[in-house]
Parts: sequence; C-alpha cells; structure tokens
Amino acid sequence: MTNSTVQPSRSRDLDKLLLRPGNLVGPTFEPGLGLREDLKEYVKVLVVGAGGLGCELLKDLALSGFRELEVIDMDRIEVSNLNRQFLFRLEDVGKPKAEVAAKRVMERVSGVNIVPHFGRIEDKELDFYSKFSIIALGLDSIEARSYINAVACSFLEYDSDDNPQEETVKPMVDGGTEGFKGHARVIMPGTTPCFECTIWLFPPQVKFPLCTLAETPRTAAHCIEYAHLIKWDEVHSGKAFDPDDPEHMKWVYNEAVKRAELFGIPGVTYSLTQGVVKNIIPAIASTNAIISAACTLETLKIASGCSKTLSNYLTLPVKPRNFDGLRELCVAFLKYNGAEGLHTKVTEFVKDKDCLVCGPGVLVELETSVTLEKFISLLEEHPKLQLLKASISHRGKNLYMQAPPVLEEMTRSNLSLALFDLMGKISKDVVHATGTIIESDKKTSCLRKLLVVFKGADGVADMDTAGGA
Amino acid sequence: MDHNLNPTELVLRPQRALDGEDMIRLFKVKEKQRELAENANGGAPVKKQSAGELRLHKDICELNLPKSCTITFPNGKDDLMNFEVSIRPDDGYYLGGTFLFSFQVSPIYPHEAPKVKCKTKVYHPNIDLEGNVCLNILREDWKPVLNINTIIYGLYHLFTEPNYEDPLNHDAAAVLRDNPKIFETNVRRAMAGGYVGQNFFPRCM
Ligand SMILES: [Zn+2]
Repeated sequence: MTNSTVQPSRSRDLDKLLLRPGNLVGPTFEPGLGLREDLKEYVKVLVVGAGGLGCELLKDLALSGFRELEVIDMDRIEVSNLNRQFLFRLEDVGKPKAEVAAKRVMERVSGVNIVPHFGRIEDKELDFYSKFSIIALGLDSIEARSYINAVACSFLEYDSDDNPQEETVKPMVDGGTEGFKGHARVIMPGTTPCFECTIWLFPPQVKFPLCTLAETPRTAAHCIEYAHLIKWDEVHSGKAFDPDDPEHMKWVYNEAVKRAELFGIPGVTYSLTQGVVKNIIPAIASTNAIISAACTLETLKIASGCSKTLSNYLTLPVKPRNFDGLRELCVAFLKYNGAEGLHTKVTEFVKDKDCLVCGPGVLVELETSVTLEKFISLLEEHPKLQLLKASISHRGKNLYMQAPPVLEEMTRSNLSLALFDLMGKISKDVVHATGTIIESDKKTSCLRKLLVVFKGADGVADMDTAGGA
Repeated sequence: MDHNLNPTELVLRPQRALDGEDMIRLFKVKEKQRELAENANGGAPVKKQSAGELRLHKDICELNLPKSCTITFPNGKDDLMNFEVSIRPDDGYYLGGTFLFSFQVSPIYPHEAPKVKCKTKVYHPNIDLEGNVCLNILREDWKPVLNINTIIYGLYHLFTEPNYEDPLNHDAAAVLRDNPKIFETNVRRAMAGGYVGQNFFPRCM
C-alpha cells in the first residue's frame, strides 16, 4: 500500500461523523475538514494504563483521528499478557508496557505521535495532567481510578452560581472490564457524577475471615489467601509482600499448593493465585475490544461534538447481577455454544452535590490577616455552614485538629497564625473542615469542602486556571 | 501559574452547557495558552489528598475512645493514614496488659477496611503470633458506614471476650474452650513475660 491510497481510506468512516451535519450533533458543531485537522492538532489525550484495555485504547484512538497521545503505565510485560495485550510480542517480555505499546502503534499508524511514560501515576506532577484535553482510563484498580479522578477534579473551578467553569473541566472516559463484564463511562467533573460520587458501584472485594483461612479452608482461594496473608508473614517477618514481584507471587503459589494438598482441595493454579491476590478476574480480549471502542467513540464525541455523549454509564455483563441501584443489562454474550447476542445498557447517575472531590465547596472570603482561630470561629457564624468546633486541613496538612488530644497539642500553635500564611500565601484554595452541626437539636459530625478566597491577595488568580497551577 | 495571557479570550465566549457539546474550541484556546505559558513557572508540586484521607480526617476528629485506649501518630500530625492504638483492657483475662495495634488506611477508605495488626505478641485465640487479627468487621463484615471508632471498640472486645470459635491461634483457642482456668494461667504467664509451650511472649504489663 502506498501512502496516497492509505490516507483517504483511513479517515473514511471518521469523515461520516466529522464532515456531515446530523440531528444528534451538539448545537455548535461545525462539520468540515477543519474539524478533522483540529482533532489532530489540538486534542491531546492521555491514556492511563497500557494493559489489555490500554492497548486497545491506544490503537482505537490512533485510528480515530487523534494524533497527540501519551500513555502512562508502571508495569513491565509478562508472558501471560501476550494473549490479549496484542501490541506485545514474546521478545518484549520484561520491557515497559507503555514504551512498547507506544512504539508499536506508531509503527502501524503513520502520523500519530505517542509519548510513553514508564512510571507511577502518583509520581507525576499535577502540571503533567493539566496539559491533556481528555484523559482515557484503562485501569484495573479502584485506587488508581480514584487518584486520577481526584487529579482531574482538582482542576475544576465553579463560577459564583456554582456552575462549573468550562475551561477548567477535564473530561475523563473510564473503561473497565472483568471477564465478560465491562463498563464505559463519561465523567465531566462538575456535571456528571465523578468517580467518587459513585464509588459504591464497585462491589466490595471479597474478604474471607482470617480464621477460616487458618482453620477451615474449603476452596482454592482460601488456600491462596492463607499463603498470602498468614504464611507470608510467618516466614518473611517484616518483609512486605509485593504483588508485582513474580518471585513473591511464585512463593505464594507454591505455599498455596502445599496447603491445598494438605486439605485435599483442588484447583490452585498460578493464574488463580495472581487473580486472588491482585483481586482480578481473568481478562477477555473481546470484552476489552468492545469497551475500548465505546470509550474511544465517547472521546471523539466529547472532542468534536459530533454526537451527544453517553449519559453516563454503560455496562455489559454476561450475567445479570444487581449492585445497589445499578440495573445492569443482561447479555447472553458467549454462552457455551457461542455468541447469542449482545445488549448494552446505559444508566444515568446523578452527581452528589456535596461530593468532597467534585463538588463546588462553600465559598469563604477572608482578609489575609485572619488567624486560623478567627477563621474557625467564622465558620460557626457562616450562614451556609454553621460548623462548630471545626478541624481544618489543607492539601494534606492538618492545620488544626480539635481532637484527639495528641493532635490538638501538635497543631495548637497554628491557631494564632494567619491562615493566609499557613496556606502558603495562595490567594484561593480548597480547605476541608470537619466539625459539628446541629440539625433539629441533634448534633452530627460533618466534613465540608470550603473554597477560601483571600480578598486583595492576588488579582490574577481567577483567570489563569487553564495554564495549570 | 502564568500571568502572560489575555484572559478576554476566555471571558468573551458565551457560557455553554457541557453535556454533548464539542469541546474542541476550548482545547484550541487552552493549547494556545499553554504554548504561551510554557516558559512560565509550573508551580510548586502538590500532593493530591485522597478521598480516603478526607474521610479519615472526619473519623479521627469524631473519635470517642474509652479511657483505656489511646491513639498516636508515629509519622507526625500530617500522616493520619498510619497510626497506632494502644489498648489496656480494664476487665477480663487481659486486665493489666497493654496491647499495641498498627492501623494502615487505604486511599480508597472506607471502600476498603484498614489493615490492622497487633504489634504486641499476645497469647490470644483470635490473634496469631504474627499479629494477624480475626475480627469480622476488619474482613468479611466491613461496611463503609463503619469507622475507626467501631474498629477500636471491636478490638477492645476481643480482649474482654476472647472467642474460641474463630481461632487464629489454634492452641490458645483449644485451651480456652477446654480449660478456662489453664487459659487464664497461660495469659497471665505470657503477659508477665514468659513461655507458653514453645513460644516466648515479651512482658506487656
Ligand atoms: Zn464527585
């Protein structure tokens, strides 16, 4: 194939969305070649995770007209990844996933530029995340999603009517798969629920009672958890178990096998060991492909306005299962004799207006001279708060703790200092306050997000949000 | 933060709803701003406070501990995620002993229960010699509505009402079930610093 024949065919399907008007397009949608070019030039997408879903996402985004991509992942390629993480080859085993994935997609899709980052998402500065137009998540852990969500929501600012300021909105498209089940969702911080608003959607991890593991194991998983949680500590006193270290995993597997033999329990395998210890269900390539396609389409819709975005949570399990309030769709997906069909279901969730992560917080305007002690007493009088005996934290630092006594003592000296100085002389920032409120004569403890603005501290602070802070 | 920009570009555009709209114009503006801002200072690195930390802040503020329990923060006032609780039972077999527990709280707390270990070696049916604790609310019965206070009370009850039906220390459980008098003697001996069977227990009274 020569380049001249590749180009028109490559954007053929995309052009049907981007070059033609339609009934479902956004009101300001302007179809045309300019839009296609703008997608290439101005939309930077970060893909978080280069595993099963991440590989699919990179490929799909690259083939959907996005040119500026970056990918971050802390893992190295393992042999067991090769069946579904199709960008990787046997000779890549041991290399960083992000680097190999970026290289392979760039080799296959001309013109696309993918910057790989081999490392932990927590080790990047906030500034790193601020430059992306959209963040696409292909992760298998709640912790990582929660972290990226907190980062994306930290860019969000609200106007005086508590409407999100659009230039501060960092859209996220989150995909997830577990076996035959999967979800795709769009998170527009400030408009849709954020990850934290609906964390209850994730079923809690199954935790077996320790005494069952120690005394009456009945399943292969019991034997694995015994080796992982009890035997490991007995033998390696003080050394922490690292689930990402293959040697550690092998040790747990071998101990689990011994335990299973002792109790006559079948079914302990290395991959089950990995699954139980890391709490992951074996991934299936086709589920990843479907979810990635949905996520990529949403990314394209957010960027171009070529259609209304998903509102806001799509699921596809193989069996119907009820979490609280989540009506899942039933998919007879791959039953014993093959495919019977596929149904998807979209559920609209609403955001928690008091969410500590994506909510606007209560505005508190102060003079720069106000001491922490005075600030705490102002919260008692504040009409929207009436928060008594508040403890205050700012960016992970506890400025004042009313209790317990040991923390009260350590933070007491801050009371006489100016809050402006304690907050590092920033003209505007979020602080969190825990205190007591009295509702119909009943005292309840309550944690609130406050947006503290210092009058006359810095004239430009309000306008420069897009530049990143 | 950058101070080089003309903010009017942002201000003059009409307010639009965010759902189902194209954001590309916005991305264009931001990208241009970013190029302008490239040379400006990137701002101080900021640690992101997790949702778990925020919720824990509330839990710690509303702790209501009995006199026999005290909490300490070995890493100082800004690390609430790792703390220790010492329990001095004022009743039962373990009267007079002091038992130290370490708590490790996850960033997705309370979606996940804290990891709790007993740092004092103890002769107890529900606590093994490595400090693993068999307490239902730490494992299978954890719910996000529970809190640190509930856990500490749960631990306290393990000392006033040790339970031979959920054994982690098999031998101790068997002795408690079959011969409470010997169990009591064993507990006193372990707490005073001594051997029970093959195992030495440092003094904790
Ligand atoms: Zn939220």
